[in-house]
Amino acid sequence: MKNQIDRRRFFFCLAFLVFVLSILLVLNLLSGSTCIPSRAVFSALFSTTPEPTAEMRIIRQIRLPRLFSAALLGGALSVSGYLLQTFFANPIAGPFVLGISSGAKLTVALTMIFCLARGISLTSLGMVTAAFCGALLSMMVVLFASRWLKNMAFLIVCGVMIGYICSAVTEVAVTFADDSNIVNLHNWSMGSFSGIEWKDLTIAGVFVLLAMAGTVFLIKPINAYRLGESYARSMGVNILSFRVELILLASILAATVTAFAGPISFVGIAVPHLIRSMLRSERPHYMLPTCFLGGAVFCLFCDWIARSLFAPTELSISTVTALFGAPIVIRLMLSRRREDRTNGCA
Amino acid sequence: MDVHEILRTKALSVGYGKQKIVEDVSFSARPGEIICLIAPNGEGKSTLLKTLLRQLPPLAGAVWVDDLPLTHVKEEEFAKSCAAVLTQRVNPEMMRCEEVIATGRYPYTGRLGILSTHDRRIVEEIIQLVGIESIRQQVFNQISDGQRQRIMLARALCQEPKLLLMDEPTSFLDLYNKLEFLHLLRSLVREKQLAVVMSLHELDLAQKYADTIICLKSGRIDRCGPPEEIFSGNYIEELYGVKNGSYNALFGSAEPCSVTGDPEIFVLGGGGTGIPVFRRLQRAGIPFATGVLQENDLDYPVARALSATVIAERAFEPVSDGKLSEALSVFHQCRGMICTLSRFGSDNQKNRLLLEEAKRSNRLLTVNQLV
Repeated sequence: MKNQIDRRRFFFCLAFLVFVLSILLVLNLLSGSTCIPSRAVFSALFSTTPEPTAEMRIIRQIRLPRLFSAALLGGALSVSGYLLQTFFANPIAGPFVLGISSGAKLTVALTMIFCLARGISLTSLGMVTAAFCGALLSMMVVLFASRWLKNMAFLIVCGVMIGYICSAVTEVAVTFADDSNIVNLHNWSMGSFSGIEWKDLTIAGVFVLLAMAGTVFLIKPINAYRLGESYARSMGVNILSFRVELILLASILAATVTAFAGPISFVGIAVPHLIRSMLRSERPHYMLPTCFLGGAVFCLFCDWIARSLFAPTELSISTVTALFGAPIVIRLMLSRRREDRTNGCA
Repeated sequence: MDVHEILRTKALSVGYGKQKIVEDVSFSARPGEIICLIAPNGEGKSTLLKTLLRQLPPLAGAVWVDDLPLTHVKEEEFAKSCAAVLTQRVNPEMMRCEEVIATGRYPYTGRLGILSTHDRRIVEEIIQLVGIESIRQQVFNQISDGQRQRIMLARALCQEPKLLLMDEPTSFLDLYNKLEFLHLLRSLVREKQLAVVMSLHELDLAQKYADTIICLKSGRIDRCGPPEEIFSGNYIEELYGVKNGSYNALFGSAEPCSVTGDPEIFVLGGGGTGIPVFRRLQRAGIPFATGVLQENDLDYPVARALSATVIAERAFEPVSDGKLSEALSVFHQCRGMICTLSRFGSDNQKNRLLLEEAKRSNRLLTVNQLV
């Protein structure tokens, strides 16, 4: 009964991704603006000297949290994209395209400016909360629009427009913010994994972990939902609560990423698509772990490129993800059109 | 009533929002029974099925499935007693047939939806039962409509339902697949003692495969009964408000309307030989007369539907002199005769005189000369 080919392919993909992930972890650890020999890197990881050297501090306080956050948040973003694609039954949906990341960015930027102006320091928990509110807000607008716009193309256009509006407002806010904060804020609003500290990472980790745990319990209804809403309902899926849970979890994941790393484009669309073509199956039991791993790999790779391509100048992470992600999305749309024509149905 | 009823409705009203489409629906379904809903388009067959399937709330009245009121059963419990094959096409991405079938185990699996050995065995049994062993590994989007419908039926059976609701399950299928599907359904119903409620547009098939027919019209159940009762007289024509044509309830065949006017051609036929000529003349718009046909002749029902004039003899009787002279006088007003008979029997010997008359007056034609 179990499909052995699909199963084998799944485990092969998992093994492959874990392998690439470990290579990328090492690569990210070894490269950076300061050249640190590999021996020093390893001693920094494992030594327990009470007075760490500058090199040790770079490894422990900058590179390690950065690579962990790239992996964690990349995975979260990719799963968020997968959930949204399930919800809208459209492979081009994703947190960035639907304007959810930009919505989160806007509220975080506004909250930051507001707090900094009053001298209140914003905790990472506060950031996530603000981001979550923004994500939900733009999600609501998209959902509201989706009641009228049955055509998915229009819905995507609507999401992109929301994204632009939010970005524009953010830009305005950033322009009028206090000079001293602009540099920081500007970097963040372009998207970057730099400057994430261990305590931020812990908070992000908790949120992502909780959301992922919630997602595991959605595997079952997602599988039934693949046959469409009516069939899912006839099998006993409570459609309303399923949809609410799906949206909340996708928003939490996207919001956590945006709160700490800013809006990152294309990961949410490109990674699930790549994973689908790797697995040649859309079984949620397989998709979920593979998407998370794939997102981690993709973001680690992009972050490595962002740091090392024009070192010591750093590119924003979205620049790199767009560079690699956009062609994948174009290929995806082309292959869908071909499929539609051969199937004779949309 | 000692047989347990699986589905029972009482004064049920269905519709959207406040607008009732069908009212006062009361019927019941027993194990091993196939109930067909027939109705003109837009009379609420799908709405009724959706309500029974809990996709729409009932506007009034009550429904019991397996003796439990519909509104009091939890979703997954309901899915264990009632499964559906819907009319809309599904397009799951990269899903094998086997996976589609296994989703039917949804109400039985745990929180993570992992199939147990028992679930697997049930899926396996049903794959064998429905006879889809050969396509189980194929991708669902790449198989034919007929195969898809079998897969969807197997999926529904995996829910181990007592009641199966189907909305036009044979609509996209070709003749072969329609018959295969319904044949399979019939044997499954007998074997598993399912109760089936389905809507069908193919009246001829409803007549032959259903145990009970429910006709919806003007927002209520117009008639309900065994097919022998429903498919009699002119009821089907009334139900559908047929104007340009007629429906032969015995054969389950629809006929276009006859060409009216004074008959131009006389068709001398019988035993089924005349029917192709009737049809060609009807298509060409030429009014025609035919006779003398016994009422039990194979040509007779079609002649009744299509010809302007039929000279008919009572069943099982040889052609009488009276009918012959009637036929002769009709023939005299026609411009010619088409004869489809090559020999005459004892009961229609007198028709030979008609043929001789046509030959004598040099008015014997062939169809090809006319159309």
